[in-house]
Amino acid sequence: MFQRLLTCALLAGAGAGLVAAILQLWFVQPVLLHAELYEQGTLTHFGPDAVSAHPELGRLDPVRDGLSVFFSMLTYTGFALLLVAAMALAEERGAAIDGRKGLVWGLAGFAVLHLAPAFSLAPEVPGAAAADVTQRQIWWFATVSAAAVAAGLIAFGKHWIAWVAAVILILAPHAIGAPEPDHFAGPTPPELSALFAARSLGVALAGWLVLGLLAGHVWSRDAADAPE
Amino acid sequence: MSMTDVAARGLTKSRMMPALVVALLGLSVLFVAGHAQTQTLHTAAHDSRHANGFPCH
Repeated sequence: MFQRLLTCALLAGAGAGLVAAILQLWFVQPVLLHAELYEQGTLTHFGPDAVSAHPELGRLDPVRDGLSVFFSMLTYTGFALLLVAAMALAEERGAAIDGRKGLVWGLAGFAVLHLAPAFSLAPEVPGAAAADVTQRQIWWFATVSAAAVAAGLIAFGKHWIAWVAAVILILAPHAIGAPEPDHFAGPTPPELSALFAARSLGVALAGWLVLGLLAGHVWSRDAADAPE
Repeated sequence: MSMTDVAARGLTKSRMMPALVVALLGLSVLFVAGHAQTQTLHTAAHDSRHANGFPCH
Protein backbone atom coordinates (compact mmCIF):
# COMPACT_ATOMS: atom_id res chain seq x y z
CA MET A 1 0.00 0.00 0.00
CA PHE A 2 2.75 2.42 1.00
CA GLN A 3 4.62 1.82 -2.25
CA ARG A 4 1.44 2.21 -4.30
CA LEU A 5 0.66 5.55 -2.62
CA LEU A 6 4.19 6.84 -3.21
CA THR A 7 4.35 5.70 -6.84
CA CYS A 8 1.00 7.26 -7.68
CA ALA A 9 1.86 10.55 -5.91
CA LEU A 10 5.30 10.84 -7.51
CA LEU A 11 3.99 10.19 -11.04
CA ALA A 12 0.98 12.51 -10.72
CA GLY A 13 2.91 15.20 -8.82
CA ALA A 14 5.81 15.31 -11.26
CA GLY A 15 3.49 15.40 -14.29
CA ALA A 16 1.14 18.05 -12.95
CA GLY A 17 4.07 20.05 -11.53
CA LEU A 18 5.75 20.10 -14.93
CA VAL A 19 2.55 21.32 -16.62
CA ALA A 20 2.07 24.00 -13.94
CA ALA A 21 5.72 25.05 -14.18
CA ILE A 22 5.54 25.48 -17.97
CA LEU A 23 2.33 27.53 -17.66
CA GLN A 24 3.97 29.60 -14.93
CA LEU A 25 7.03 30.32 -17.05
CA TRP A 26 4.79 31.28 -19.95
CA PHE A 27 2.13 33.38 -18.22
CA VAL A 28 3.25 34.25 -14.67
CA GLN A 29 7.01 34.75 -14.90
CA PRO A 30 6.81 37.74 -17.32
CA VAL A 31 4.51 39.54 -14.86
CA LEU A 32 6.89 38.68 -12.01
CA LEU A 33 9.94 39.97 -13.91
CA HIS A 34 8.02 43.13 -14.83
CA ALA A 35 7.04 43.69 -11.18
CA GLU A 36 10.65 43.19 -10.06
CA LEU A 37 11.66 46.21 -12.17
CA TYR A 38 9.43 48.28 -9.84
CA GLU A 39 10.50 46.38 -6.71
CA GLN A 40 14.16 47.12 -7.49
CA GLY A 41 13.49 50.73 -8.49
CA THR A 42 14.47 50.37 -12.17
CA LEU A 43 10.97 51.61 -13.02
CA THR A 44 8.97 54.02 -10.86
CA HIS A 45 5.22 54.05 -10.63
CA PHE A 46 3.85 57.62 -10.61
CA GLY A 47 7.32 59.04 -11.28
CA PRO A 48 7.79 62.29 -13.23
CA ASP A 49 7.59 60.53 -16.63
CA ALA A 50 5.02 58.12 -18.02
CA VAL A 51 6.36 54.55 -17.88
CA SER A 52 5.83 52.11 -20.75
CA ALA A 53 3.65 49.13 -19.85
CA HIS A 54 5.79 46.99 -22.17
CA PRO A 55 9.41 47.16 -20.97
CA GLU A 56 12.16 44.84 -22.20
CA LEU A 57 12.07 41.82 -19.89
CA GLY A 58 14.75 39.22 -19.29
CA ARG A 59 14.75 36.13 -21.46
CA LEU A 60 14.72 32.56 -20.21
CA ASP A 61 17.36 32.07 -17.53
CA PRO A 62 18.38 28.37 -17.41
CA VAL A 63 19.46 28.31 -13.75
CA ARG A 64 16.73 30.54 -12.32
CA ASP A 65 13.92 29.03 -14.40
CA GLY A 66 15.29 25.51 -13.92
CA LEU A 67 15.08 25.99 -10.15
CA SER A 68 11.51 27.30 -10.52
CA VAL A 69 10.53 24.22 -12.53
CA PHE A 70 12.16 21.96 -9.92
CA PHE A 71 10.41 23.67 -6.99
CA SER A 72 7.02 23.74 -8.69
CA MET A 73 7.36 20.01 -9.41
CA LEU A 74 8.34 19.51 -5.76
CA THR A 75 5.36 21.60 -4.63
CA TYR A 76 2.93 19.57 -6.74
CA THR A 77 4.52 16.36 -5.44
CA GLY A 78 3.65 17.62 -1.95
CA PHE A 79 0.08 18.32 -3.10
CA ALA A 80 -0.04 14.86 -4.73
CA LEU A 81 1.08 13.07 -1.54
CA LEU A 82 -1.79 14.74 0.36
CA LEU A 83 -4.28 14.08 -2.46
CA VAL A 84 -3.42 10.40 -2.89
CA ALA A 85 -3.54 9.78 0.86
CA ALA A 86 -7.04 11.32 0.95
CA MET A 87 -8.12 9.30 -2.11
CA ALA A 88 -6.94 6.04 -0.52
CA LEU A 89 -8.89 6.75 2.67
CA ALA A 90 -12.00 7.77 0.72
CA GLU A 91 -11.84 4.66 -1.46
CA GLU A 92 -11.87 2.29 1.51
CA ARG A 93 -15.02 4.07 2.70
CA GLY A 94 -16.73 3.29 -0.59
CA ALA A 95 -15.77 6.18 -2.91
CA ALA A 96 -14.91 5.15 -6.47
CA ILE A 97 -11.68 6.69 -7.82
CA ASP A 98 -10.81 7.08 -11.51
CA GLY A 99 -9.42 9.77 -13.80
CA ARG A 100 -12.75 11.50 -14.40
CA LYS A 101 -13.63 11.62 -10.69
CA GLY A 102 -10.06 12.74 -10.11
CA LEU A 103 -10.99 16.01 -11.85
CA VAL A 104 -13.47 16.73 -9.05
CA TRP A 105 -10.76 15.90 -6.50
CA GLY A 106 -8.50 18.34 -8.37
CA LEU A 107 -11.14 21.08 -8.20
CA ALA A 108 -11.45 20.47 -4.47
CA GLY A 109 -7.67 20.58 -4.06
CA PHE A 110 -7.52 23.89 -5.92
CA ALA A 111 -10.28 25.33 -3.72
CA VAL A 112 -8.54 24.14 -0.53
CA LEU A 113 -4.87 24.90 -1.28
CA HIS A 114 -5.25 28.00 -3.48
CA LEU A 115 -8.67 29.65 -3.61
CA ALA A 116 -9.34 29.52 0.15
CA PRO A 117 -6.12 31.29 1.24
CA ALA A 118 -6.16 33.60 -1.82
CA PHE A 119 -9.58 34.96 -0.87
CA SER A 120 -7.91 37.06 1.85
CA LEU A 121 -4.22 36.66 1.02
CA ALA A 122 -4.04 37.04 -2.77
CA PRO A 123 -0.97 35.63 -4.56
CA GLU A 124 1.64 38.31 -4.01
CA VAL A 125 3.47 40.00 -6.82
CA PRO A 126 7.05 41.00 -5.92
CA GLY A 127 7.06 44.44 -4.34
CA ALA A 128 3.58 44.17 -2.84
CA ALA A 129 3.29 45.45 0.73
CA ALA A 130 2.62 42.58 3.15
CA ALA A 131 2.52 41.72 6.86
CA ASP A 132 5.15 39.63 8.67
CA VAL A 133 5.85 36.46 6.68
CA THR A 134 5.64 34.07 9.66
CA GLN A 135 2.20 35.39 10.62
CA ARG A 136 1.01 34.99 7.03
CA GLN A 137 2.37 31.44 6.89
CA ILE A 138 0.55 30.51 10.12
CA TRP A 139 -2.68 32.01 8.73
CA TRP A 140 -2.10 30.17 5.43
CA PHE A 141 -1.70 26.78 7.14
CA ALA A 142 -4.71 27.39 9.41
CA THR A 143 -6.91 28.45 6.48
CA VAL A 144 -5.85 25.52 4.29
CA SER A 145 -6.41 23.06 7.17
CA ALA A 146 -9.89 24.47 7.87
CA ALA A 147 -10.77 24.34 4.16
CA ALA A 148 -9.50 20.75 3.88
CA VAL A 149 -11.70 19.61 6.78
CA ALA A 150 -14.62 21.56 5.24
CA ALA A 151 -14.11 19.86 1.86
CA GLY A 152 -14.15 16.46 3.58
CA LEU A 153 -17.36 17.34 5.44
CA ILE A 154 -19.06 18.54 2.24
CA ALA A 155 -17.98 15.46 0.27
CA PHE A 156 -18.58 12.77 2.88
CA GLY A 157 -20.75 14.29 5.63
CA LYS A 158 -23.99 12.37 6.17
CA HIS A 159 -25.92 15.02 8.13
CA TRP A 160 -26.82 18.64 7.43
CA ILE A 161 -24.84 19.66 10.51
CA ALA A 162 -21.68 18.62 8.61
CA TRP A 163 -22.51 21.18 5.91
CA VAL A 164 -23.12 23.91 8.46
CA ALA A 165 -19.78 23.10 10.11
CA ALA A 166 -18.13 23.21 6.67
CA VAL A 167 -19.51 26.68 5.91
CA ILE A 168 -18.31 27.95 9.30
CA LEU A 169 -14.84 26.46 8.72
CA ILE A 170 -14.62 28.08 5.28
CA LEU A 171 -15.76 31.51 6.50
CA ALA A 172 -13.94 31.68 9.86
CA PRO A 173 -10.39 32.49 8.65
CA HIS A 174 -11.74 35.37 6.55
CA ALA A 175 -14.04 36.62 9.30
CA ILE A 176 -11.03 36.63 11.65
CA GLY A 177 -8.94 38.22 8.90
CA ALA A 178 -5.55 37.57 7.34
CA PRO A 179 -2.44 39.44 8.55
CA GLU A 180 -2.33 42.71 6.61
CA PRO A 181 0.38 45.36 6.30
CA ASP A 182 0.06 48.55 8.36
CA HIS A 183 0.54 50.72 5.28
CA PHE A 184 0.16 50.21 1.56
CA ALA A 185 3.58 51.18 0.30
CA GLY A 186 4.22 48.62 -2.44
CA PRO A 187 5.92 50.15 -5.49
CA THR A 188 4.31 47.73 -7.98
CA PRO A 189 1.38 49.05 -10.08
CA PRO A 190 -2.03 47.54 -9.20
CA GLU A 191 -2.48 46.47 -12.84
CA LEU A 192 0.47 44.07 -12.45
CA SER A 193 -0.69 42.85 -9.02
CA ALA A 194 -4.16 42.00 -10.32
CA LEU A 195 -2.80 40.24 -13.40
CA PHE A 196 -0.33 38.29 -11.27
CA ALA A 197 -3.00 37.10 -8.81
CA ALA A 198 -5.43 36.11 -11.59
CA ARG A 199 -2.80 34.23 -13.58
CA SER A 200 -1.36 32.51 -10.51
CA LEU A 201 -4.83 31.23 -9.62
CA GLY A 202 -5.63 30.25 -13.21
CA VAL A 203 -2.44 28.22 -13.52
CA ALA A 204 -3.11 26.63 -10.13
CA LEU A 205 -6.56 25.53 -11.35
CA ALA A 206 -5.02 23.98 -14.47
CA GLY A 207 -2.28 22.32 -12.41
CA TRP A 208 -4.78 20.84 -9.95
CA LEU A 209 -7.04 19.53 -12.71
CA VAL A 210 -4.08 17.73 -14.28
CA LEU A 211 -3.02 16.50 -10.84
CA GLY A 212 -6.48 15.11 -10.04
CA LEU A 213 -6.82 13.51 -13.45
CA LEU A 214 -3.38 11.85 -13.30
CA ALA A 215 -3.69 10.76 -9.66
CA GLY A 216 -7.17 9.29 -10.22
CA HIS A 217 -6.10 7.52 -13.39
CA VAL A 218 -2.87 6.07 -12.01
CA TRP A 219 -4.60 5.04 -8.77
CA SER A 220 -7.40 3.15 -10.54
CA ARG A 221 -4.97 1.54 -13.00
CA ASP A 222 -2.71 0.36 -10.15
CA ALA A 223 -5.77 -1.11 -8.44
CA ALA A 224 -6.39 -3.29 -11.50
CA ASP A 225 -2.73 -4.41 -11.60
CA ALA A 226 -2.13 -5.12 -7.93
CA PRO A 227 -5.09 -4.93 -5.52
CA GLU A 228 -3.04 -4.27 -2.36
CA MET B 1 -19.80 -9.59 12.41
CA SER B 2 -19.87 -10.68 8.77
CA MET B 3 -16.84 -11.58 6.69
CA THR B 4 -17.21 -8.29 4.79
CA ASP B 5 -16.94 -6.36 8.06
CA VAL B 6 -13.84 -8.31 9.03
CA ALA B 7 -12.30 -7.64 5.61
CA ALA B 8 -13.21 -3.96 5.81
CA ARG B 9 -11.62 -3.63 9.26
CA GLY B 10 -8.47 -5.29 7.99
CA LEU B 11 -8.39 -2.90 5.06
CA THR B 12 -8.85 0.08 7.36
CA LYS B 13 -5.89 -1.01 9.45
CA SER B 14 -3.79 -1.62 6.38
CA ARG B 15 -4.55 1.79 4.84
CA MET B 16 -4.79 4.25 7.71
CA MET B 17 -1.12 4.22 8.71
CA PRO B 18 0.40 4.39 5.21
CA ALA B 19 -2.04 7.18 4.28
CA LEU B 20 -1.12 9.18 7.38
CA VAL B 21 2.61 8.70 6.78
CA VAL B 22 2.24 9.77 3.13
CA ALA B 23 0.14 12.82 4.14
CA LEU B 24 2.79 13.84 6.69
CA LEU B 25 5.45 13.42 4.02
CA GLY B 26 3.36 15.67 1.74
CA LEU B 27 3.17 18.38 4.42
CA SER B 28 6.95 18.17 4.93
CA VAL B 29 7.57 18.53 1.19
CA LEU B 30 5.22 21.55 1.06
CA PHE B 31 7.02 23.10 4.03
CA VAL B 32 10.41 22.77 2.32
CA ALA B 33 9.22 23.85 -1.14
CA GLY B 34 6.86 26.61 -0.06
CA HIS B 35 7.57 27.87 3.43
CA ALA B 36 11.03 27.22 4.94
CA GLN B 37 12.78 30.58 5.25
CA THR B 38 16.48 29.66 5.07
CA GLN B 39 18.21 32.10 2.73
CA THR B 40 19.34 29.55 0.14
CA LEU B 41 15.98 27.80 -0.07
CA HIS B 42 14.15 31.10 -0.23
CA THR B 43 16.31 32.38 -3.08
CA ALA B 44 16.13 29.13 -5.06
CA ALA B 45 12.37 28.70 -4.63
CA HIS B 46 11.50 32.43 -4.87
CA ASP B 47 9.74 32.57 -8.25
CA SER B 48 7.97 29.25 -7.70
CA ARG B 49 6.68 30.37 -4.28
CA HIS B 50 5.26 33.60 -5.70
CA ALA B 51 3.68 31.82 -8.67
CA ASN B 52 2.15 29.12 -6.45
CA GLY B 53 0.61 31.66 -4.09
CA PHE B 54 2.65 30.91 -0.95
CA PRO B 55 3.41 33.79 1.42
CA CYS B 56 6.99 34.58 0.38
CA HIS B 57 8.78 37.50 2.04
